[in-house]
This record gives sequence, structure tokens and C-alpha cells, in this order.
Amino acid sequence: MQVVIIKYNAGNVSSVAFALQRIGIEPFLTDQTDEILAADKVIFPGVGEASSTMQHLRQTGLDQTIKQLKQPVLGICLGMQLLCKHSAEGNTTCLDIFDQQVLSFHSQPQPADKTAQQKIPHVGWNDFAKLRNADNILFKGLQLTDYVYFVHSFFVELGTYTTATTDYILPFSAALQKDNFYAAQFHPEKSGAVGQKILQNFIELT
Amino acid sequence: MLTKRIIPCLDVKDGQTVKGINFENIKTVGDAVELGAYYAAQGADELVFLDITATNEKRKTMTALVKRVAAHINIPFCVGGGVSSVEDVGALLHAGADKISINTAAVKNPKLIDELAAAFGSQCVVLAIDTNYIAQAWWVYLNGGRVQTSLHTLAWAKEAAERGCGEILLTSMLHDGTKNGFAIDLTKSLTDSLPIPVIASGGAGTPQHFAEVFKNANADAALAASVFHYKEIEMQPLKAYLKQEGIKIRG
Repeated sequence: MQVVIIKYNAGNVSSVAFALQRIGIEPFLTDQTDEILAADKVIFPGVGEASSTMQHLRQTGLDQTIKQLKQPVLGICLGMQLLCKHSAEGNTTCLDIFDQQVLSFHSQPQPADKTAQQKIPHVGWNDFAKLRNADNILFKGLQLTDYVYFVHSFFVELGTYTTATTDYILPFSAALQKDNFYAAQFHPEKSGAVGQKILQNFIELT
Repeated sequence: MLTKRIIPCLDVKDGQTVKGINFENIKTVGDAVELGAYYAAQGADELVFLDITATNEKRKTMTALVKRVAAHINIPFCVGGGVSSVEDVGALLHAGADKISINTAAVKNPKLIDELAAAFGSQCVVLAIDTNYIAQAWWVYLNGGRVQTSLHTLAWAKEAAERGCGEILLTSMLHDGTKNGFAIDLTKSLTDSLPIPVIASGGAGTPQHFAEVFKNANADAALAASVFHYKEIEMQPLKAYLKQEGIKIRG
């Protein structure tokens, strides 16, 4: 099993690599198109800023590589957002795998009472509700009461490809899926045993 | 719904955990990574590693520690202790840290907060504030609590939030080591007026203290060290108690 992590100018790739090693997978970090295309599974992680990251992906041609992928792909956090159509972060045109918008929590209405306002970024452990995903094996074996770890200021609005929702300021997409593309707003690599199970489920996808 | 976080703090020197009572009388407790993994397995929501190694090799030892932690621990962790530049932070994040806490360096050069937020995002920038109550006001202290500044704690926290820090780690030196409870009023003054999460630290002695700081001060997270290191409070019973108290808790 060859699992590739796409190497680009976004942060915290090592956490994903370590998480895979903990479940017995030795991932391969690369920015080479032929190696990415040949992988069994591709992980597109990311912590960073949308516009500079997209610019980097375009300059390196990785944007076209990602769009061609036919094997299971897992986008995480910024990786998920970049797989969407457009991000409000830096007014960025993204990869348009998922025809959904990335918006800022800051642009969402909050109560006038300061003490009642939700803080931004959304940081910490939150629960999620699974949608139309009796067939979504990414969440196989998980309980409704399970929590996952989020760190983000931008979110993907609800839409056609939303497979799980989380409520923070408003309900948003905790996970997306379309064909071979899977994505999580939360960080499975940091979500304890629950996150480990999600990564395991992704690795076991056929 | 977002849960309140319980965060054990590990003071680390040369890879070993230490804990000072009121920042003095340091005593070795155990291997930092091993202890962190234990807490993660017990249900800790996050970990803070504060590196107090004071040698020229510090940067190397800190990066090595972060790598070991990231390899073994599957929950988020923050690392701090003498971090003073964008390069330092970049190296630690690259090694696998999720968040970096800065303290003295930010007071000396507040623009560091802007630079870090711009380079790496607010979510990984934690401003640690050590504070003490002298002459009817809360003042910011530096260098592990040894140097008093003329900064008011609330004003400094607000400035840091405006500059782009993502979280405040607030330690009351008045309460730290006493086991008489967290600084409720101080913590509340920050949580009421800041748009970013506040981690309350200093004074945890009983599970009730955690409930108080969540309910009465609206802290987003509570951090403690000795009570966990000496097993006076254990993670699972603590979390069960907090849930019983109606507080949103994971696990």
C-alpha cells in the first residue's frame, strides 16, 4: 500500500505522517506528479492561508495533478477548503472538486452581546452529525457522541457533498465526499482514537 | 457543541518533566513524552509542554522533544518556553507542534505576534501571560515570573488579540501552587472581553475548582500540572464529575 502525502508549502505535514505511522503505514511525502498519480491513497493536508497556497499549487502544477486523481483522496482542513470551488480567504479560486463555498466565520452574524458571542478561530473538540452516509465508510464504527479536533477560521458551507455537519456559530460542513474525494475540516491526525479510526477507514477504502 | 478543554501542563527540562511550586523548588517527575502519552490516553484534550532548558543547545533539544511528542501523541499540543522568533516558531511547527506559546519575547516585541499570525495563522499563536495582583491591579510578569512590567494584564491580552494571537494562556502567580482554585474574577474579565479563547491556569486543587472556572469565569480551557502529576486528580473521574455538573466535556 503506497500512501502519498502531497508535499507543498503548507504546514504540519509531519503530524499526518506520524499519525499514519501509528497505524502501521509508512507514508511517502512527495510533490512529484508521477509519484502522486501512482499512489494507492493520496492525502492532501494543510494548515495555512488559501490564496498563497493555491498560488503555489498552480505554479508547481500540483493543481492539475490533484484534479486528475482517481484513487481515494483525503483533504484535511485547508486541504478540504482548497478542494472547494472558492474561498473567501484572499478571494481565492480553488480546485472546484466540490462545488461549495468557503466562507469566514467572521462574516457570520453573531449576537450583539459580546459575552454570548462564539470565539474565532473555532478551536477545540466538537461533535459532528453524519449525513446521508450510511455508505460513507470514513465514519464506520464511530459513535454519535464522538468528538473530533477542529482549528479553523474559515468553513465550508453546507451543500451537495456535505457528509457530516458540525454546529459552531452556524452549521457547517465537517466532512465532504464526492466520488473518490473525501475531506475533513477537522484534524483526524489530532483527534485521538476517533481520528485514528477515521484514518484507518480511509486507508481501508477500496 | 464545543467542549471545555482539560490541559495538563508539563514543564520540561532536558526531556524530563519538572514542576515548580510558585516557579521554585523544581523536582523531576518523569519522561515528558511518556507522561504526555499517558494523559492523552486518559482523556486529556490537549497538552502544553513548557521547555525550561536554559542552554545553548535549547533550540535543538526543544525541536527533538517536539518530534518525539508528535510521533507518539495523537492529540494537539502546544510548546513554549523562550520562543523568540519567527524562525523558532517555524522550526517547532515543522517538527509537529500544533501551537506555540510566546511570552517574554512578545512583550519585548509585540510585533512578533503580528508576524507569527501572518506567517503561520492565528490558530497556532498562543500568548502566555504570567500575572500577579499587586497594589489593586493585575500586572504582566516576564522571565517565568521574575520580572514585573508596567503592562496591565487585560490591556495586554486585548492588544495581543488585536495583533492576531489565537489564544491566551493566563497564569495567575497569586494562585499558582496554592491549590485554592483558579483566579475566577481575573479569568472572567478576560473571557468577557476577548474574542479569542482563554486557558485558565494556576490554582487547581480539586475537581470543583475546574467546574468553577468553567461555570463562573467561562474559561475555554483549564490547565493544571501538579494535581495531575501527583495523581491528586485523575482525568477520567474529573471529566465524569464535570459532565455531571452540566459542563460540556469530551469523553
